[in-house]
Amino acid sequence: MSERQIQLEVLRYNPETDSAPRFQTYEVPCLNEWVVLDALNYVKDHLDPTVSYRWSCHMAVCGSCGMMVNGEPKLACKAFIHEYGDQIRVEPLANFPIERDLVTVVDDFIGKLASVKPYLIPKEDKPVSAGEYKQSPAELKTFKQYTLCINCMLCYAACPQYGLVPDFIGPAAISLAHRYNQDSRDGGREQRQEVIASHDGVWECSFVGACSEVCPKHVDPASALQQVKVASTIDWYKEHLMPWMKK
Amino acid sequence: MSRKPYIREMSKTNWFFSQPRYMRYMAREVTCIFILAYTILLIFALKNLADGPEAYAGFLQALNSPLGILFNLAALVGAVYHSTSWFNVTPQAMPIQRGEEFLPGNVIVGAHYGGWALISLIVLFLGV
Ligand code: SF4
Ligand code: FES
Repeated sequence: MSERQIQLEVLRYNPETDSAPRFQTYEVPCLNEWVVLDALNYVKDHLDPTVSYRWSCHMAVCGSCGMMVNGEPKLACKAFIHEYGDQIRVEPLANFPIERDLVTVVDDFIGKLASVKPYLIPKEDKPVSAGEYKQSPAELKTFKQYTLCINCMLCYAACPQYGLVPDFIGPAAISLAHRYNQDSRDGGREQRQEVIASHDGVWECSFVGACSEVCPKHVDPASALQQVKVASTIDWYKEHLMPWMKK
Repeated sequence: MSRKPYIREMSKTNWFFSQPRYMRYMAREVTCIFILAYTILLIFALKNLADGPEAYAGFLQALNSPLGILFNLAALVGAVYHSTSWFNVTPQAMPIQRGEEFLPGNVIVGAHYGGWALISLIVLFLGV
């Protein structure tokens, strides 16, 4: 195992004493197979216990370690040291307010996530005795990719529209709405459309596509948003040009 | 403990210079100007055509000038970049599922290029 000395620049912000964030550099002896999160843990354990950041699983499933690594939204537990030079700069996820150091305020995202009703709303309620809601493998495949989202918010950090228009519901929340809309067992599309087909919904998206480029789980949120646009446009034509088609 | 979240403002005017992927996006958006410009040129051509053979000959001559050729070349490059960058993202907007599997993206993109070639050929033959 080869060891390498890297300079880890960490954006620090202490709300109690600082008026603005500033960089602090740490010399970290890293093993080449480490990820950026390991380097941060080294800093916390050996150099400076005051550094704050979120993490939990260390295996790209919990979605809590998102941060900017050399300006790019990354999961710190999936950003390998050997892919970087000797200087690595970490900052809190872009487009989110900084709570402290690398910890961001995520209330906005959590609120948006809840607003799209990301759960099954069955077409008709059945008693448990009536058995399960069945679904074929093909029906599952229609939305499977959108179930892989880990709510890491990298897509929000990459999205310039979210940066410019903070009310935009944004990639992950709309993708999750699309995931349930596409589910053959679900009947909640109309309720979700009120949120995602609104002005702050999908129409704020200009298809930059950055969300899909940075998503660590290959959800391809940009595809979900474009599909919602197509479906909402078809709705509009049905309603205005073919009113008799309305259910 | 008091909270005092710090907000990093995003530049409203030059954010797209901050990342290559934003520049690529801007290139896709900005090249639509060439399509607009060429459409205006076509309308202008129609007007000259309506004004009679002399006016139309003058218009064609103007197109043959170095400036006219330069504009046509620039419009061609801009329009090709604009159109192909949209063709390449169509599988994301219009996935086609057959049974369990999705049609590979390059089939959908390829169909767009095929359609483009076909229409170009028809226009070419209409011209001769
Ligand atoms: S869509 Fe991808 S980038 Fe966005 S929150 Fe989900 S996993 Fe993260
Ligand atoms: S620590 Fe869980 S995703 Fe990185």
